Amino acid sequence: MALLSILLLPFVGSLFAALLPSNARNAEAWLAGAVSLAATVLVASLYPQVMAEGVLRMSIPWAPALGLDFSLRMDGFAWLFALLVTGMGTLIVVYARYYMAPTDPVPRFFSFFLAFMGAMLGIVLSGNLVQMAMFWELTSLASFMLIAYWHHRPDARRGARMALVVTGTGGLALLGGMLLLGHMAGGYDLDTVLAAAGTIQAHPWYPLTLGLIALGALTKSAQFPFHFWLPHAMAAPTPVSAYLHSATMVKAGVFLLARLWPVLAGTDAWFWIIGGAGLCTLVLAGYLAIFQQDMKGVLAYSTISHLGLITLLLGMNSPLALVAAVFHLFNHATFKASLFMAAGIVDHETGTRDLRRLSGLYRAMPITATLAMVAAAAMAGVPLLNGFLSKEMFFSETVFLDRPGWQRVALPLAATVAGMFSVAYSLRFIHQVFFGPKTTDLPREPHDPTRWMLLPSGLLVAACVLVGIFPEITVGPFLRAATDSILGADAPEYNLAAWHGFNLPLVMSAAALVGGTVLYRVFLWRTSEMVPLLERIDGQRIFDALQLAVTSRATRLIERLSPRRLQAQLLALVGVALGGAGLPILANGMAWGTRTTTAADPVFVLLWIIGGVCALAVAWQAKYHRLAALIFAGGAGLATSLTFVWLSAPDLALTQLAVEVVTTVLILLGLRWLPRRDERYAGQRRVAVAARLRRLRDVLLAGATGLGLAGVAYAILSRPRVDGISPFFLEYSLPQGGGLNVVNVILVDFRGFDTFGEITVLGIVALTVFALLRRFRPAPESEPLPSQQNEQDKPVADPSALLPAGYLALPAVLVRLLLPLAMLVSLFFLLRGHNAPGGGFVGGLILATALLLQYMVGGIVWVEARLRIHPLLWITLGLLAAAGAGLAAWLTGTPFLTSLAWHGELPLLGELHLSSVLLFDLGVYMLVVGATVLMLIAIAHQSLRAQHRKPMGEVA
Amino acid sequence: MEVVLALAIGTLAGSGIYLLLRPRTFQLIMGLSLLGYAVNLFIFGMGRLQTGAPPVIDAVRGSDPALYADPVPQALVLTAIVIGFATTALFLVVLLASRGLSGTDHVDGREAENP
Repeated sequence: MALLSILLLPFVGSLFAALLPSNARNAEAWLAGAVSLAATVLVASLYPQVMAEGVLRMSIPWAPALGLDFSLRMDGFAWLFALLVTGMGTLIVVYARYYMAPTDPVPRFFSFFLAFMGAMLGIVLSGNLVQMAMFWELTSLASFMLIAYWHHRPDARRGARMALVVTGTGGLALLGGMLLLGHMAGGYDLDTVLAAAGTIQAHPWYPLTLGLIALGALTKSAQFPFHFWLPHAMAAPTPVSAYLHSATMVKAGVFLLARLWPVLAGTDAWFWIIGGAGLCTLVLAGYLAIFQQDMKGVLAYSTISHLGLITLLLGMNSPLALVAAVFHLFNHATFKASLFMAAGIVDHETGTRDLRRLSGLYRAMPITATLAMVAAAAMAGVPLLNGFLSKEMFFSETVFLDRPGWQRVALPLAATVAGMFSVAYSLRFIHQVFFGPKTTDLPREPHDPTRWMLLPSGLLVAACVLVGIFPEITVGPFLRAATDSILGADAPEYNLAAWHGFNLPLVMSAAALVGGTVLYRVFLWRTSEMVPLLERIDGQRIFDALQLAVTSRATRLIERLSPRRLQAQLLALVGVALGGAGLPILANGMAWGTRTTTAADPVFVLLWIIGGVCALAVAWQAKYHRLAALIFAGGAGLATSLTFVWLSAPDLALTQLAVEVVTTVLILLGLRWLPRRDERYAGQRRVAVAARLRRLRDVLLAGATGLGLAGVAYAILSRPRVDGISPFFLEYSLPQGGGLNVVNVILVDFRGFDTFGEITVLGIVALTVFALLRRFRPAPESEPLPSQQNEQDKPVADPSALLPAGYLALPAVLVRLLLPLAMLVSLFFLLRGHNAPGGGFVGGLILATALLLQYMVGGIVWVEARLRIHPLLWITLGLLAAAGAGLAAWLTGTPFLTSLAWHGELPLLGELHLSSVLLFDLGVYMLVVGATVLMLIAIAHQSLRAQHRKPMGEVA
Repeated sequence: MEVVLALAIGTLAGSGIYLLLRPRTFQLIMGLSLLGYAVNLFIFGMGRLQTGAPPVIDAVRGSDPALYADPVPQALVLTAIVIGFATTALFLVVLLASRGLSGTDHVDGREAENP
């Protein structure tokens, strides 16, 4: 339980932090500080338990079918890392409170900060590989948001994007590696995987898995050749750099390597991939760090270099090197975070971080300078500081490496050279900023900041000194707990002490110190941005070029694959469909079935001769004779409807007929806004050859597709019926659904949830149409009244008249008389729907048609003066009724949309059968009425608006 | 009957597809309607053809599945008809809005370079 609360606490805090007002600087800091401190205390309080039990576990079923649990696991190593994440988080929050400017929107900062902390704890405490990969990606996202915190700055956006692309790609590779690993081990649980080391290393997939996981870890920990993103991530506010990009997130990569060390390490592949990347990074980044001009740039490259050191240690396949790696991981976090804080303070107080401008700050800010000096000395590996101890361990590991020949010479040499670089850049960092002549042209007059801003840095520096002098007392037990939990029985004996006597590693340290100082004196005069020798190798430029190439190729490919022209796309679509169905038929042939077909009725044949001619006529006329085409399409629809009646589908016939009416009215209303025939083409007697060919091609394609579809249809129709699930519905319609009309029972009862979804879609479509038309601007030439309306006597829209004037008076009387009758008919269809053809869809469409008739004959103004329909209300009520019918089932403890029935006798009314299904069908009915009327009225209102607009236009 | 219905489906679909490939929005909307009829009839046909056997249970005849037309394709097609109407309406409005914005009723929102 404590494990879960440690993980959840930061996420909950993040949520609250996001909700505070943007100027609540203190409240945010208190909240974030309290959350981090509470998490730290929680983690610390688990120490006795971890010591006693070895591993704390907790798991909640996540996707049991896939064998996945949400599991948390804390051993000594996870405990130490969790303490680092939460403890460092607490210190950084205090620091950030004073670092962030009053104008910065702090809720965003602290919210993502806490979210990051939660995600990082998730990686550390995950007991499941897939879950770990998920939290891994979460940290990348949080890092992206925090680097881009000052998103008005282009370098921040750029840096954030680069970091996300690099670490995100690595995360994908990692996920792949994790999946392979879990597959090989037979489970994603960390314990299972850790126990399967032998199986995994013998498996043929081991090299691939190692490569993928290394890709994830090396990108995250900014290792060569993926190191270039970290310096660009320095555009983030300094607390973020201190926390994410030196102390915790970039350590996730090495954390993972250490975590999986027992499973993956010990092979030559591991040595070359991990050790090789680490060594390259260690030396290269150390070298690059010397030439940086930005304080944070120096720290960024030195972070990369130190991460390289840890990676190299992990890659050495020696348990003692692993101990050194874990030890250095924590030492680096302490001194590097305090150096970042110092850089932030200098930036905050002077307004610049440029090493060329800063000089002689010691007198102005003595405390900051002292703290920075101690931390930098730890970074350089000066004795009596923690950095010295782990570096000493590293040197002795390189000396006693169990490798053949030249590697035994090369590695200590490279390590000493890297040590020199480290001394040189540490010296430069301190000497250039705090010593030398006092500068006068700084943007601000520097002085030491408030004590509270110095406190976190002070605590970290104190830790550096204490660990450096009394290592066994301060960190000994914790470090042992951590390394024992990784290595298990193989854990080596080791002795942490400030003094190991005169030996080769000490000589190497001394050489590094002296050599580094000399190096600094030699390079002191250099102030250019140029890096000697390595100017040409620029990871960032390669990254940019690669990104540009990928995006431009992708754009070209998309242009190739999806042309902007709709016709070409549709042509491809139809062509692919035809080919996809045609090729198997050509290859395997197609036979007709053996079912005895029913004899063709001459009337049916005649019906479809008419229907087919109608369809062809639509295709022929739709270009210029839209009204004719619409009428022909109605003919085809009518034939379809009659076919449904003929072939025992009365419900379909009714619905098709009603929809036919409404669709025709709808399109008629729309016709008015379509353009005239383009005069440019009107005069052409002869159609261009290209156009003729195009049409011929389309006719052939359409003909082939039509014939193919007819063939497929006949092939199916001539085969015997497959019953599938139909007998179930037929059998249980009456006993379980309580209705005789099986189609309706399926719709409102058995598959009620589908229908519920469908009417929701219908409602959404109606609202979309309504919303689109509110903004719709018709083409200018369509605005005046059509010539037909102008030539006839214009019926004056007089809302107060008893009847519409003019030739429509008589139809208006009839239509008004028809309305109550139509309502009755629609209710009749609704109520009988359960037992006979009818139902909510048909009933709703009938009522909608009756209402439309009023509009068509009376005109909008006249009708709306008498009859206000509120379609939005109908839609709402319809959805509520349907949902209510579904929810009612919960009252009896049955699942959503289970039908309830009540059969009984009421006074006066007599025997009565009530069912929640009827309420559901009523919902469908109301929604159909509302949606249909809303769409049609919205289109009809356009002409009214166009007329309103016109006079205004004339005035203007 | 089967041959007639199959040919009807083919004719409707062929006309519809030809219209889908035309450049004017109105042709497209008509084409979609025709294609809709064809597809609905096709799905309906999956239940095979039967006359005089609507899937309304007759208390006398009982609920023997052989006596009734297949209700499942019918239920599918019923909702398809209504959704088809909704998409037609939506498409019509998009067509009108596109015409208002671009000044043309070409499906691409602009006239082809070589008509």
